[in-house]
Amino acid sequence: MRLRSALAATTAGIAIAAGLAACGDAGSDDEGRDVDAKSDCDGKFAEGSRMAELADAGTINVGHKTDQPGVGFQGATDDVPKGFDIEIAKLLIADLCIDPASDKVNWEETISDNREPYLESGKVDVVLASYSITDDRQKVVGQAGPYMVTGQQLLVKSDSKIAGVDDVKGKEVCSVTGSTSLETIKAKGAKGVGADSYSECAEKVLDGTYEAMTTDGTILAGLAAQNEGELKVVGDQFSTENIGVGYGKDHPEMCEWIDGVLEDAFADGSWAEAFKLTLGPSGVQTPEPPTLQPCK
Amino acid sequence: MLDNLDEFFKGFGYTLFLFLVCAVASMALGILLVAMRVGPIAVLRSLATVYVSVVRNTPLVLIFIFFHFAAPIIGINFKWVQVHVGSFDFTSAFATAFVALSLYTACFVCEGLRSGVNAVPMGQAEAARAIGLPFGGVMTQVVLPQAIRASVPPVASALIAMLKNTSVAAIFFLAEATAAMRGLTNDYSSQRIGIFLCFAIGYIVLVEIVSMISLSLERRWRVA
Repeated sequence: MRLRSALAATTAGIAIAAGLAACGDAGSDDEGRDVDAKSDCDGKFAEGSRMAELADAGTINVGHKTDQPGVGFQGATDDVPKGFDIEIAKLLIADLCIDPASDKVNWEETISDNREPYLESGKVDVVLASYSITDDRQKVVGQAGPYMVTGQQLLVKSDSKIAGVDDVKGKEVCSVTGSTSLETIKAKGAKGVGADSYSECAEKVLDGTYEAMTTDGTILAGLAAQNEGELKVVGDQFSTENIGVGYGKDHPEMCEWIDGVLEDAFADGSWAEAFKLTLGPSGVQTPEPPTLQPCK
Repeated sequence: MLDNLDEFFKGFGYTLFLFLVCAVASMALGILLVAMRVGPIAVLRSLATVYVSVVRNTPLVLIFIFFHFAAPIIGINFKWVQVHVGSFDFTSAFATAFVALSLYTACFVCEGLRSGVNAVPMGQAEAARAIGLPFGGVMTQVVLPQAIRASVPPVASALIAMLKNTSVAAIFFLAEATAAMRGLTNDYSSQRIGIFLCFAIGYIVLVEIVSMISLSLERRWRVA
């Protein structure tokens, strides 16, 4: 009896080890842009403003995503995240005279559900986590930007006949549980099914359980690039997402500062360079910089 | 929250359906397992023991992941399940959740029933054998009727745990109550606490109903 249990345990152990070995390729080593910290912070920010506090403290907590290739991604073996969100965060950090590559920056993973609670409790100072600007969110947090305008599209198998959102009416379409994308696709007449992450959805599209998955086109492009030849992005964008920077509602002065940093990045080409570096490899063309919304 | 009652009820509809079918399946499988575990055939006894120790000791999320992402590789999938009732769709996500939850909960039902069987004095079974009943007769006529009485509380606990475990399906493609809650908290992030409380109350009401049924069964069957 004891022997049999031991045998079963060993078999299970081997199966688990084999499964883990399959995940070994989660890290990645291409670097983002080098952004140098500025050194003009003495007197740059108004006395008592949150920016002055952060610059004086020399540390900052940044909320970001970890599961969106090209936007905000952190492989299992990566020390720091990378992607377009992260590049924009580096510009903001550098403007506070903090070295973005140093350990003075605390990169904190925020999933969709805890972005507002983390900002409200002050656990993170800014959130750059493919954070759509919405009226409801602005009731509890501040949002500046947008620094990227994207829209929802569909990701399907390469040999799929689906050409646009009209073709998925009544069909099951995968997205992340509790995301805006899932609600939008339901409103478009499809049946939304929610997974824990976009990569799980991609897996289910690949194995044929669901014919399509949906979220922002920039994220889908990253997934399509990861599974080249097997998945493709189809159709026009059927929603508009204004991706902005989240900050605590107690610090309205941050809005003007964030917008200022973004304006500079739009003007000096660092925005376009960051876009090309992070989203270019997935085949997304670098667009014109978006128009900033006025601070409230 | 009040504007979205349909989503609330639809979410709990899936939760309730999943609970009901899983309850039936895990009870059936649990009874089979306990019969194997306490039965006289050594091979079946050890099979059931191995099954219970392997599945009961595996986290439920791992079982879900296995059936969603590992089993399809070896050809086990539930894509063929296409049942549509009204606005409810019972497709692969529901079928997978059903299989994972039932297999998992059956272990706890089995152990609950076994505690009931152990509560029946050995002399009862021996007396039944002495008057010539075969194993099946001993079980169905003498041991199980008494064992079931004794095992109502532990089995009810297993089913209550299962009712709450249905929430694991939220991140596995099923739009049950927890998934509906997360959809609403995303859309109305300023009303997070109210939404959370409403769904918590929904679960409490369902669990309360199951415990009341269990209590009344306990009372009805008390007189031995």
